Amino acid sequence: METLEQIAARIAAAVPGVAASVETNPAVRAQSSLVVGRDHALAVARFLRDEPGLQFDYCSNVTGVDWLDATLKEKVRVKRVVDGAEQEFEETVERRRPGYLEAAYHLYSMALRHGPLILRQRTANRVEDTRLASLTPIWRSAEFQEREAFDLFGIVFTGHPDLRRILMWDGFADFPMRKDYVEPDDYEYEPTPHDAVLEKARRHYPVEGAA
Amino acid sequence: MDEGLRSELSKQGVFTTTLQELYNWGRRSSVWPLNFGLACCAIEMIAASMSRWDIARFGAEVFRPSPRQADLMIVAGTVTKKMAPMVVRLYNQMPEPKYVIAMGACAISGGPFKQGYNVLKGIDRYLPVDLHIPGCPPKPEALLHGIMKLQEKIAAQPLTGDGRPRHLQADAPAEFPVPAYGPYDLTPAKNETLWRPAALERQNAA
Repeated sequence: METLEQIAARIAAAVPGVAASVETNPAVRAQSSLVVGRDHALAVARFLRDEPGLQFDYCSNVTGVDWLDATLKEKVRVKRVVDGAEQEFEETVERRRPGYLEAAYHLYSMALRHGPLILRQRTANRVEDTRLASLTPIWRSAEFQEREAFDLFGIVFTGHPDLRRILMWDGFADFPMRKDYVEPDDYEYEPTPHDAVLEKARRHYPVEGAA
Repeated sequence: MDEGLRSELSKQGVFTTTLQELYNWGRRSSVWPLNFGLACCAIEMIAASMSRWDIARFGAEVFRPSPRQADLMIVAGTVTKKMAPMVVRLYNQMPEPKYVIAMGACAISGGPFKQGYNVLKGIDRYLPVDLHIPGCPPKPEALLHGIMKLQEKIAAQPLTGDGRPRHLQADAPAEFPVPAYGPYDLTPAKNETLWRPAALERQNAA
């Protein structure tokens, strides 16, 4: 398979007005991914599937990721003049990153036997504008998994043929896989609570928690 | 009837019994389960029905695909809140006399998913469970042991007076209310007439 940079360049050349950026993963596995805007996601997906050199004809997995508002710390090198001589300093810059929801698609090619290519789309924010483009018209296997991402994360896939909840019932009030989901206090006695359940037990029995 | 006399008569080739024994013998010897499973416990239930464990030895091999023909509901697996109303409705559609076995940790209490947002904390909130089989999942032997215990329970039931089976009690409920979906949980969250847990005493309460 070509590198992600090459694929991104091919997308930029083939689909006019589309920018697909490469999100590098600093971990050892280095599973980097391709990030596309939701307005161009359908065109990019069609290109990835139909381009003879790529032929990503199989979408094996669709999932959601919830990124909360975060403060990122970055180290930058700054040049400053001290006592007439220019010196380099390392400074830590804090940057606010507003939260967003993300849908990740894992693509393989059965015909050319390569993959995975990880394709990501990001929503504008976590609350009001959670729309993304549905890729079900390109890969039919994405249908139920996009419904699952809608059900548990609240990502609204425009262009999906049948966007309903799939695991929880219709009329369920919240999106349980979001990181700020607060479940109702329905704790029940357990003989040996630990970890997250112990936290719930302490909240449920405030007297015991104080003791 | 006196046991000694009965034993003596049987030695002479005279078989005596009571209507209650005959009735309970018939009821306990062909407990047909409902053919449904909810999770991995169902795999063990299927294994119990195959030749190695052979649930047919207990007259329970006829897994009925319709609740109208079933006597026993084996709740084999995790009951999610989404599935619970269907399970209660299936139970309501079974004819009396009927029995419920809660098989495995999930059906008993929610098991490892007890404190989650989507799993019912035990089917005994909505159904009158006759027998709990612990395990995660229980082995087929445990299920067979459970069926033998259920047969003992049926055989010991008197047909009159206190402790008679529910289908002989005129004022016992014929069916149980099916819960509805709420915004977070099922409403009602439990059947108060069925589910009465022991009060929890906290030792270090201030």
